[in-house]
Amino acid sequence: MSPRTTLAVAARVLTQLRRDHRTVAMLLVVPCALLALLWWMFDRDEQAFSALGPPLLALFPFVVMFLVTSVTTLRERSSGTLERLLTTPMGKADLLAGYGLAFGLVALVQAVVAVGLSVGLLGLDVRGELWVLTLVAVLNAVLGTALGLLVSAFAETEFQAVQFMPALVIPQVLLCGLFVPRAALPDTLDAVSEVLPLSYAVQAMREVQASAVWTSDLAVDVAVVGGSALLALAIGAATLRRRTA
Amino acid sequence: MTNNEVPAVRVADLRVVRGTRVVLPGLSFEVPRGQVTGLLGPSGGGKTTLMRALVGVQRVAGGRVEVLGLPAGTRALRNRVGYVTQAPSVYPDLTVTENLRFFARVLRAPLGEVAQVLEQVDLVGHADALAGRLSGGQRSRVSLAVALLGGPELLVLDEPTVGLDPVLRRDLWALFHRLAADGTTVLVSSHVMDEAQRCDRLLLLRDGVLVADDSPARLLAATGADDVESAFLALVDRPATCHRHPGLEHGVPVTTHEGSVPA
Repeated sequence: MSPRTTLAVAARVLTQLRRDHRTVAMLLVVPCALLALLWWMFDRDEQAFSALGPPLLALFPFVVMFLVTSVTTLRERSSGTLERLLTTPMGKADLLAGYGLAFGLVALVQAVVAVGLSVGLLGLDVRGELWVLTLVAVLNAVLGTALGLLVSAFAETEFQAVQFMPALVIPQVLLCGLFVPRAALPDTLDAVSEVLPLSYAVQAMREVQASAVWTSDLAVDVAVVGGSALLALAIGAATLRRRTA
Repeated sequence: MTNNEVPAVRVADLRVVRGTRVVLPGLSFEVPRGQVTGLLGPSGGGKTTLMRALVGVQRVAGGRVEVLGLPAGTRALRNRVGYVTQAPSVYPDLTVTENLRFFARVLRAPLGEVAQVLEQVDLVGHADALAGRLSGGQRSRVSLAVALLGGPELLVLDEPTVGLDPVLRRDLWALFHRLAADGTTVLVSSHVMDEAQRCDRLLLLRDGVLVADDSPARLLAATGADDVESAFLALVDRPATCHRHPGLEHGVPVTTHEGSVPA
């Protein structure tokens, strides 16, 4: 791996994104609009908004970055630029890390805006520090990016890549404790939820909300989310083959 | 200069199978250094597969592929070989200069070369245009410019002149010969037979089998044909060609070039 190449990839991805004004606007506006909608829905129930807000702050970057990355990578594959890059001295990990870095930065901006709106304007009640909330959101974005990179290795078209969203993301959303508390899930599903990274992200968000200090539970959850992102990137690098049929 | 004893490309018994289809049943040939070698033949004959094997992105089923004396695809080769894919592989949402600067960084080539390669492919006037806004021919020249970065010793160009007007085609072939004169080995594929006359040496590939490996002049002399297209047809119609004996191309009368090495 070479930091120079990683940075070159990240800078390139960001330059491409900068040209796509509509996507940038959607990345920043959509999460905020959805949070505002949620706040409006629970007009008379501040507690409900406070219970759902933090998990959603974890969810948006995850879903959005998963989609953006899987489509972008697939485009790179079908346009032939990936094949060309694989004939250069670039390490496979450089490419994936570059993507992770670029979309991680985008997620940072997205999270700052969404957290700012939720806490500043919509009155989301958070006891812990806001930067931890932002950190978990960014880690989730990197996780989404990493999973997006991983599935793009198994998709041949952009249609297929987008179909991985319901297949891989929605089960995590259903089982993360948002709809049914994890303790109330049937044992088998609770066990499944135990190995899904999104469960830890949602748990981390709730801990930040409930406690003003770093608890050991929070540290474990943050570590699990970060570790899963790195693991998915590593598997993504391993499944990226220089030689193809 | 690099070691000129070793040919730029040395392929022995290369076998490539895609799915159930045998694309290259067992190919053997060499490409000498410092020349423009044309890889010609009809579409679907295995040209792209062969080129992908040379740059190390094709899964091969057997045989040896050596490039500049090293196994194809070796890490040490990756900035010594320039590759242009058939479809222009550049980012449409980056400008020409941004594309070149990105690839220069990846290839660890000096950024100063960007202006130089732009001039070589005659795109200085489009330096700040988005690649996606360019015409097909211009975009394929951006793709070629990327391959020129870092001054590669071998250029593998998959149909770089398709869709270009005659003037541009002439200019590009002149560029290929200038590069060759400076010591670069250029391997160009084309399915347009009249481009063959512009090569120092020809490899005619059909159904994964080499039907000729010689200079255009010798090929015409041996077949008595007026142009390469007729020569190609004459070879294909000849019953005793190497079809049944892949790897024995050099046994065919037209391929008794001194440089060709029997397997």
